[in-house]
Amino acid sequence: MAFQLTPEREQELAEIFARYPNKMAACLPLLHLAQEQHGWVSDEVVTWVAEKLDVSTAHVFGVATFYSLYHTHPVGKHHVWVCRTLSCALHGADDIVKHCEKRLGIHVGETTADGAVTLHTAECLASCGTAPMMQIDREYHENLTLAKVDVLLDRLRKS
Amino acid sequence: MLQRTDHLTKRYGIPDGFTLTRYLADGGYVQARRALSMTREELVNECKAANLRGRGGAGFPMGVKWSFMAPTVAPGRPHYLVINADEGEPGTFKDRSMMEGDPHATVEGCIIGCRAIGAHVAYIYVRDELHLAKDRLWAAIREAKAKGFLGAKPFGVDYAVEVYVHSGAGAYICGEETSLLNSLEGRRGEPRLKPPFPAQAGAFGMPTTVNNLESIATVPALMRLGGDNFSKISSLHPKEGGSRLYGVSGHVNTPGIFECAVGLTLRELIYDLGGGVKGGELLAVIPGGSSTPILRADELVEAPNESHPLHAWHGMSVLDVPMGVETFRGLGTMLGTCCATVLSDKACPVLAMHNLMRFYRHESCGQCTPCREGSGWLERLLDTIVAGNGTMDDLNRLHEVANSIMGNTICAFGEGTAMPALGFLKKFRREFEEYIRTGGRSSTNRLALAQPAAE
Ligand SMILES: Cc1cc2nc3c(=O)[nH]c(=O)nc-3n(C[C@H](O)[C@H](O)[C@H](O)COP(=O)(O)O)c2cc1C
Ligand code: FES
Repeated sequence: MAFQLTPEREQELAEIFARYPNKMAACLPLLHLAQEQHGWVSDEVVTWVAEKLDVSTAHVFGVATFYSLYHTHPVGKHHVWVCRTLSCALHGADDIVKHCEKRLGIHVGETTADGAVTLHTAECLASCGTAPMMQIDREYHENLTLAKVDVLLDRLRKS
Repeated sequence: MLQRTDHLTKRYGIPDGFTLTRYLADGGYVQARRALSMTREELVNECKAANLRGRGGAGFPMGVKWSFMAPTVAPGRPHYLVINADEGEPGTFKDRSMMEGDPHATVEGCIIGCRAIGAHVAYIYVRDELHLAKDRLWAAIREAKAKGFLGAKPFGVDYAVEVYVHSGAGAYICGEETSLLNSLEGRRGEPRLKPPFPAQAGAFGMPTTVNNLESIATVPALMRLGGDNFSKISSLHPKEGGSRLYGVSGHVNTPGIFECAVGLTLRELIYDLGGGVKGGELLAVIPGGSSTPILRADELVEAPNESHPLHAWHGMSVLDVPMGVETFRGLGTMLGTCCATVLSDKACPVLAMHNLMRFYRHESCGQCTPCREGSGWLERLLDTIVAGNGTMDDLNRLHEVANSIMGNTICAFGEGTAMPALGFLKKFRREFEEYIRTGGRSSTNRLALAQPAAE
């Protein structure tokens, strides 16, 4: 079925296009907008973006696959990103990753069977001074301990 | 010399520090208003007098960069200001603190910057993950617009300025300025060949200046103090002026961002500001983001020749050299983003290099073969060594591969990978050999001091 924005999101379109001197520049913002609604970038989303921008679906698909934050496959309702780069690794990021895997019963890159959570590792999230850290959906969680991680993950599974 | 300043960080940590009300109470937007009555040349000269070196990593003089823009705007060739807030360099977390803590300084800096280069539109390219930073910037833009500081006639002056936030989508390479421009234009974030430089053909093919976020957010302060006075804050004046954000993370007791006069030393950053090394003695420090070659704590400055720029520090510890663009180049490393990562002697340098080379393999955009294949090869060689199966041949191969990336790529990502790789190999040759000989068993063989639960 063809992809369509909700009426509220539809209103944002004109404002986005007005920021740029051409349509193609709205590619990243439109992919974000559509993914926010749909959860991931499906073929239908790609077609929708391409039509809005007057560019080929190949262009949009090329863009969607270049960036790590566009999901070209269905994913969980929530995303957990554990930073594993050096400053976080110096504060036990590897233990945090393993702990999340055990607690969620999945490996990095997988989604829990109930579709609630996808676990990812992330590269340096500009939060090195408060390592170790993870991002859950839009929120940063810093100065983590294993106990804090438990509380955060439990809350996710329930929501 | 340790000299804390608060020209950039005065409102950090204040509950309403990010609001327009607070910014105005501290004299905010006075400089933007003044700038709109100044000529482009006057503004560029002010910035040149400030000796502000770009804060994005390369340390290029900001006033000089502004002066590269065509003095008159040709018909149909609008100028653009693009602000780089992609902040992805491992160990770096300073721009985020500015966007979250004091977003109006960035917006005011954009108005002044637009005027200085003849632009009417500024795009702030923020990495997607920094949602709070983006929300704060958008809120600041809306507040400024509602007050009439942005729009068709800012402060009633007939010089339109619009500022927009553009969200990235998760790619370290988009911090490289030409990759960032492709990303802004709605393309894959692959770097472009230079020339043409952005000042000739940048965003949408038009003349463009790319400034780092901290660079632009510093502009209101340098205008307030006057370029010359601003420059003199620095102990490296007139080579490098002003004050800037220093960051420290890793094995220190009080990691964080600290604003100081330019010319701080690593010893001051690690011990006086960072509260000293956590869990052991200082082994080494990566001075300004992961692409800057590592320095060992026991290294001494080697500059017997009187004409050497570091001769004054000959025989002293590298930790006591003022942190500057040129001084650190003299040490064989780079100042980079001024955000240091500290390794205690409980951390294994082989694992640290492995961690970073995995990062570079993951983030290579894949456009240039030496970078795409080389970064993967470096990681695989280190996989083998860390698994305990490495040979001395692998160690030599690491050198060869790093050297064959160097200078053979479109953008500086290649050097950013090869230089720190060669740095680790040179500074920790003994540790690498020992690691390979014992299969990692006699080394520290961990990075973290303790499990995060125990901290
Ligand atoms: C691989 C790579 C990544 C970079 N990442 C960033 C970044 O995240 N932020 C930034 O400001 N500059 C980054 N730069 C430097 C930019 O290309 C550019 O020099 C800088 O934004 C210019 O701003 P400045 O003159 O104010 O320092 C990067 C460069 C390279 C080669
Ligand atoms: S290394 Fe984890 S936030 Fe920078």
